[in-house]
Amino acid sequence: MAFYVVQFLTGLASAASLFLVASGLSIIFGVTRIVNFAHGAFYMIGAYIAFTLTERLSGAFGFWGSIVLAALAVAVIGVIVEMVLLRRIYHAPELFQLLATFGLTLMVEDLVVLIWGPDDLVGRRAPGFRGAIDFFGQNIPSYDLFLIVLGPVVLGILWLLFQRTRWGVLVRAATQDRDMVAALGVNQKWLFTSVFAVGVFLAALGGALQIPRDAVHHAMDLRIIVEVFVVVVIGGLGSIVGAFVAAVLVSELNAFGILIFPKISIILVFLVMAAVLIVRPWGLFGKPEAAARKTPGLTVNPWRPLTSNERLAALAAFVVAAMLPLFAGNYLLTVGSEIAIFVIFAVSLHFLMSVGGLASFGHAAYFGLGAYGVAFLAKMAGLPMIVCLLLGPLLGCMGAAVFGFFAVQLSGVYFAMLTLAFAQIVWSIAFQWVSVTGGDNGILGIWPEKWAASPSHFYWLALGVAALVTVALRAMVFAPFGYALRATRDSLLRSEAIGIDAKRIQWTAFVIAGTTAGIGGALFAYLKGSVFPDNLGISLSVDALVMVLLGGVETVSGAVIGAIVYKALNIWLVSQTDLSKLVLGGFIMLIVVVFPKGIVGMLEMLAQRRRKSSPPGSPLLAKPIESAE
Amino acid sequence: MKLTVQDLNSHYGPAHILFDIGFEVGEGEVVALLGRNGAGKSTTFRSIVGLVAQRSGRIMFEGKDVSAKPTHEIVREGLGYVPEERRIFTDLTVEENLEVGRQPKRQNAPHWTREKLFALFPNLGEMKNRPGGRMSGGEQQMLTIARTLMGNPSLVLLDEPSEGLSPKIVEQMVDAILTMKKEGVSIVVSEQNLHFARLISDRAYIIERGRICFGGTMAELDARPDIRDAHLSL
Repeated sequence: MAFYVVQFLTGLASAASLFLVASGLSIIFGVTRIVNFAHGAFYMIGAYIAFTLTERLSGAFGFWGSIVLAALAVAVIGVIVEMVLLRRIYHAPELFQLLATFGLTLMVEDLVVLIWGPDDLVGRRAPGFRGAIDFFGQNIPSYDLFLIVLGPVVLGILWLLFQRTRWGVLVRAATQDRDMVAALGVNQKWLFTSVFAVGVFLAALGGALQIPRDAVHHAMDLRIIVEVFVVVVIGGLGSIVGAFVAAVLVSELNAFGILIFPKISIILVFLVMAAVLIVRPWGLFGKPEAAARKTPGLTVNPWRPLTSNERLAALAAFVVAAMLPLFAGNYLLTVGSEIAIFVIFAVSLHFLMSVGGLASFGHAAYFGLGAYGVAFLAKMAGLPMIVCLLLGPLLGCMGAAVFGFFAVQLSGVYFAMLTLAFAQIVWSIAFQWVSVTGGDNGILGIWPEKWAASPSHFYWLALGVAALVTVALRAMVFAPFGYALRATRDSLLRSEAIGIDAKRIQWTAFVIAGTTAGIGGALFAYLKGSVFPDNLGISLSVDALVMVLLGGVETVSGAVIGAIVYKALNIWLVSQTDLSKLVLGGFIMLIVVVFPKGIVGMLEMLAQRRRKSSPPGSPLLAKPIESAE
Repeated sequence: MKLTVQDLNSHYGPAHILFDIGFEVGEGEVVALLGRNGAGKSTTFRSIVGLVAQRSGRIMFEGKDVSAKPTHEIVREGLGYVPEERRIFTDLTVEENLEVGRQPKRQNAPHWTREKLFALFPNLGEMKNRPGGRMSGGEQQMLTIARTLMGNPSLVLLDEPSEGLSPKIVEQMVDAILTMKKEGVSIVVSEQNLHFARLISDRAYIIERGRICFGGTMAELDARPDIRDAHLSL
């Protein structure tokens, strides 16, 4: 019995930091409508700076002073980020905001390693809370008890701040109607900046308070952000009380999940999240959001099928690509195969995102599931390659069918957070369930059969499948299903009013996209000869997003170009520098702020401008078009 | 002149909504902006306070050109705006709604306090702690006006204050507007209801399809039934 009580208390102690970070995210989202992906990064910097300060400053005051000082320092960094980056993208579609803050996260991950090194850092114990308290033979660290008390205290302080101060009243008013607050003479800019500072302060405080409990390391940002997303999805984005209740819930589920499913403890959290989403899609304490237009781009030009000339050009490009083995060596052909596979991956996400208006942040899950599907079939069942290639993607299909069902209940940022959380869950299973997936060691020795073994043959196989997939998805855009899907994207309400079963259409699109990604993953397994948990990781999901964005979100098939350019650049970059995340993160922010239309989008715009002279400027920097009265 | 609007043009995306709008408001005057639904009344107001991004023209307020300023600075100059949709903060109580509107005292404008506003709108004083979302339409209309007055404006743009209100509340609204005038607040009121406008206004402009097509005193408007019938639905 005592053991369970201690386990419960450990859960409560973990909830404190989770609550701090989640409430910060919620407060920022409430006012700015930005889901700050970089929140995990601020949490991590908080921990690192607190580590350095506690090493330098001594004594009890030194420790506690360091914690607060670290959080304040990170809040200042947050203010700079807000003024330099976020102010430029407040009016951008949410996809761009998520990507820009993700780019920032990538940069921070490399910067942290540059400054503090790659090793785990073990921080000091908190003065006065070094020992443990004996509870019927079980030890409870006294610092855990401190954290258990701290959580409700912070909740109380935040409550007072929002209910009893003018600032709090203004923030709550702005959460509801930003323009009206401005029309009453309040300077929104500084309100936003101050809200962002408070939110970042909370995240950094959460990180700083972790140092006596956990080692500080450079991957702690992604771990916390996934948990935080789960917390705000359960608790309701924008609700501080919701963040508190959900943080406790998730922490307890983690604490006890280990006892029930030691290998895959995260399953329990997932089941609870799924249950909450079915009953209250907007979270336990959240409010349903009005359905907004969900087009992920800025302005979608009317789409049209290719003209016969353009078809010939595409065919010619394909023929040229197919002639690559005539003059290229083995290395180049392997790179070519990889690019072709990533074209498949990118167009599958593009279909979901641009045609369906559903920006998935966890699309790699289905790519990786396809790869694992092949690995299971080839290694365990020993099936021939062609059968594996046909059946392997079915695992991606099944994953998409299950997760997609829940994901399409939501939209916008909730959809993005949920897909990310799902992908992370799949990743955790692949990572933790060593007996089946091999864990971190992966599954090795998946080699293609003779007929596809030579680099040129495999290249032709990959290229052929990529072309087929691209044409098929493009055809679907201009088929009745595509029209229905685009209708749900442009207006869910109106599409339902004309008899479209929107959720089913979106679910179908999700499954199609997931299966297609699985096809890419299946080929990828054979290309690499192995499968690892990274094949379903967040960074691969973000690669796909960047490929689509680079090609042009608003185009019909820009992802093809995006994938080719991005993958080629990426392979080259990784061979040139160790700081690829830093460069990639900066690159993502640059596209979002300066070239939001992507390569194909820019070309289309230039072509249009030649036809009629209307220079529309960067729409990101202008205010959005208000709805007419 | 308190407020002078010259050559105001506004667009929503590709749609040109306002065409060379121009009108004037004198110190302490109540001016009606009359026009049918969709004529451009609300867009005119939104453009003046900077809530329409694509606008051009000159807006002089108390002798200062405010046309390039952001919304909150225009409002802080003393130019208050009461939106047509009321836009009450539904999660906030009456008192908190008023707090959002509060601005420092101004030299050339009447100073409003909570007490003074509760005297002007007695209903509000009885529900200080009620959330805005649980008020009737008439109570919300009073609250939105009171909230703007908390900013101590010297001129108020009132967008269709009588819309959707019961006759009894409309009477209270007339009294409130006349009190504001007596205190020295200049007012521009947009209206479809000529009868209501006549009770409060000194002068009137008629707007039709984004253009001003008449300007004059109420008596001059009455002398031109042709204009009245052509541009206003009675």
